[in-house]
Amino acid sequence: MYESFLNYPSSLFGQFERLRRELDDAFGVSGLASSIRSATPGTAPAVNVGRTSTSVEVYAFAPGLDAGKIDVTLDRGVLRISGERASGIPAGERAVQVYTRERSVGSFTRAIALPDDVDPARVEARYRDGVLQVSIALRESAQPKRITVQ
Amino acid sequence: MNDKQHPVSQGTAASELPRAVLPNVDVFEDASGITLLADMPGVRREQLELKVEGDALVIEGVVQPFTPEGLEAIYAEVRVPQYRRSFTLSRELDTARIEASLKDGVLTLRIPKQEHAQPRRIAVSVG
Repeated sequence: MYESFLNYPSSLFGQFERLRRELDDAFGVSGLASSIRSATPGTAPAVNVGRTSTSVEVYAFAPGLDAGKIDVTLDRGVLRISGERASGIPAGERAVQVYTRERSVGSFTRAIALPDDVDPARVEARYRDGVLQVSIALRESAQPKRITVQ
Repeated sequence: MNDKQHPVSQGTAASELPRAVLPNVDVFEDASGITLLADMPGVRREQLELKVEGDALVIEGVVQPFTPEGLEAIYAEVRVPQYRRSFTLSRELDTARIEASLKDGVLTLRIPKQEHAQPRRIAVSVG
């Protein structure tokens, strides 16, 4: 465990190594195989995926979009979300001094592979308060059913 | 979107503010004031707080949870449901006339300069 000077916990470099490992764990790149379509952590827009007993819910945090221009497609089990955002900083004749430019600008695409038990015919997408919520219902046969005992 | 590791502070000491995420901002200035754009997706007007305390401007927003019953997270890049960022304003900005609007998760703040602080060209005399 301490073969390398970098791994010795109480040394100065050990602190950085531990921090790096903690950040890797937090962002899920700890060496486990990740989806081939995974994006680098920090790619805009951020995406959360969750599941209920009847649906898969995908949330994309993409503020400032024109809802009519968001493109959501579901093709062979892969959900693709793409859109474009223009910069909010005015360009042109008005003299403007920019101090900070952190907000992402331009077009984006995120692809999420959905599990096999989704029903591609029942997808709903909603854009509210800057969050795109896509809800894909699970196939009827995949939903949990209660079986009564005679 | 429930963040089970979110450390909720029970005490109300000023130093124990709950963990929050910094929203990305664009800040630019023109002749009459400063404009700030902040990305706060998931925040509604009712959950947005703007405070000016002395010369500090604080923007805070809580993400409105609208997740269905029994949602189990599979993959989460956004885990902390709160945004907070503070800025120090300089004295020529007129904090009493700040205008704010929130649309689709983007907060637009317009902070005008004090009337007497508009840029004036200063004539340089020679000799």
